[in-house]
Amino acid sequence: MGSFLETLLGGLMTGMLYSLIALGFVLIYKASGVFNFAQGAMVLSAALAMARFSEWIPEWLGFDNKILANVLAFCMAMVMMVMAAWLIERLVLSKLVNQEGITLLMATLGIAYFMDGSGQTLFGSDIYKIDVGLPKDPIFLFENVFQGGILVNKEDLYAAAIAAALVALLSLFFQKTSTGRALRAVADDHQAAQSIGIPLNRIWVIVWSVAGFVALVAGVIWGSKLGVQFSLSLVALKALPVVILGGLTSVPGAIIGGLIIGVGEKLSEVYIGPFFGGGIEIWFGYVLVLFVLLVRPQGLFGEKIIDRV
Amino acid sequence: MLYRENGQFKTSYRSDQQVFPIAQDRIAIWLLVAFAAVGVPLLADEYLFRAILIPFLILSLAALGLNILVGYCGQISLGTGAFMAVGAYAAYNFMVRIDGMPVLAALLLGGVCATVVGVLFGIPSLRIKGLYLAVATLAAQFFWDWAFLRIKWFTNYSSSGSVSVANLNIFGIPIDTPQAKYLFCLVFLVVFAMAAKNLVRSHIGREWMAIRDMDVAAAVIGIRPVYAKLTAFAVSSFIVGVAGALWGFVHLGSWEPAAFSIDRSFQLLFMIIIGGLGSIMGSFFGAAFIVMLPVFLNQALPALGGLFGVTIDTATIAHAELMIFGALIVFFLIVEPHGLARLWSIGKEKLRLWPFPH
Repeated sequence: MGSFLETLLGGLMTGMLYSLIALGFVLIYKASGVFNFAQGAMVLSAALAMARFSEWIPEWLGFDNKILANVLAFCMAMVMMVMAAWLIERLVLSKLVNQEGITLLMATLGIAYFMDGSGQTLFGSDIYKIDVGLPKDPIFLFENVFQGGILVNKEDLYAAAIAAALVALLSLFFQKTSTGRALRAVADDHQAAQSIGIPLNRIWVIVWSVAGFVALVAGVIWGSKLGVQFSLSLVALKALPVVILGGLTSVPGAIIGGLIIGVGEKLSEVYIGPFFGGGIEIWFGYVLVLFVLLVRPQGLFGEKIIDRV
Repeated sequence: MLYRENGQFKTSYRSDQQVFPIAQDRIAIWLLVAFAAVGVPLLADEYLFRAILIPFLILSLAALGLNILVGYCGQISLGTGAFMAVGAYAAYNFMVRIDGMPVLAALLLGGVCATVVGVLFGIPSLRIKGLYLAVATLAAQFFWDWAFLRIKWFTNYSSSGSVSVANLNIFGIPIDTPQAKYLFCLVFLVVFAMAAKNLVRSHIGREWMAIRDMDVAAAVIGIRPVYAKLTAFAVSSFIVGVAGALWGFVHLGSWEPAAFSIDRSFQLLFMIIIGGLGSIMGSFFGAAFIVMLPVFLNQALPALGGLFGVTIDTATIAHAELMIFGALIVFFLIVEPHGLARLWSIGKEKLRLWPFPH
């Protein structure tokens, strides 16, 4: 029982981190209909920028304060992501308006290659550390309930809390601010939104910036967990089934999908994995999604797909 | 002036329906095939064969297969690498486990196995559409990547996890020189390209295109979506599987699952998008472009650096390659979203009128 709960909790926390990346996909898809394969590259670039700036800024300015350095590096990385968002909108998206979904998908793959290359050219391609002071030591929960308690990584706990806070923040932003309302309007109907005077181009820049922000947070958390290196951009591939499971257009779907995939992966690895020779984490999420989609083709929370002739 | 169809009257249904109705096209194609079969083996050197020509032929074949699925039937697939892998590993197992298995039969049986797997993973396409389907096909990619890595039976319990084939020969002719390999692949490509070209002009090809353009409307006029989609998956993965087997047997010789990773799937998708969706010709253009671009960048970048007196280290070159590759892809999509095949047909239209503007 104890080990089951431990796996479950571990899965939930990994799932929370998946949903963090999935959120970036959903935001962009909702607002611009683009399935953004570059989300992984954005996470990598943001994390690289954060890691390197937090080394460089104290050198440049000549001070030695870790918190200040991290805050400044975070801001610099954010500025970079906004610039990237603006450039992507200007140079790519605005030229590809009204193209088919697959063309846009390929364009974001092109962007992903570009960002992978430029990020590593600018910031180097070694393994870097991000140290934002997340505690690394494991703690034991419910020691009086079970024999030996449940082992939980404190870092994971913080990460999950940050992810949850971010989600809450984003939903406040979407529900309460006028920009958020404009974003939702664009998501509902491009033409109608444009006809009541919402500037589409600016909205796209904002959405890509918000996705950049989400990527940055995800990059910092994943980066401090795994170290910043090229493989970070592959984490996005783990988040793809999350997006599809929850439904491409649903923010809560991304969260719940993430939790389901995270838990499913860990439980299957522990309880089913040994029969197959292990390592089934890699494809479990995808196969799970395949079967869910057979029943619900639009994902768990996606908008119902209506065919018209 | 030369490229004009005046005076070429069609007097029978046969001549009206032929693949290349214009005489100049027919002559050009025959010349091209003759040059590829006779001229190229005489002219090219070993590096050209290994680095460009053989990969180009095999990847064109794979792109051709993928184009049938994505370009003609409109079902986006990101699992092409997996179908190639299934073809390669199945062919390998037929070779190893059955004594005296002819290479040709092993390659084709590899294709048959890929067909079975392709149809199996194509079944969700009956319910799932568009981007959802694209991600669902990734399931195939990750599953088979894992299977060929972890299930030792597929790799014949080889300790390193990589498998190899040697002493290929077909009807007693050994395939060991680059020329022989090249010609072997060329024969496959020509045969499959002709078959594909005729298939997409036929009844079934028109069904695929109807499904692509609007599947509900197609179903209303009596096209069975199940049949059309699954045949597209079957034909596509057969060709892709044979291409995968060729890639393993002829090009690589010995290989690991990493040879058919998700990057291969993306690469093939790039080929057909840059070449032109729904065009047999486009598959060739796209494959040529994607195969030659990295080779070209590899040669050009250090030379360019030398021009400005800068020596560029290999890591920077690798990253710069990524950047230029990505930028070029975006550039191409913006300038010509319908691919190189569209440019080709525009060029042909212009040529028909030349030297007059209208």
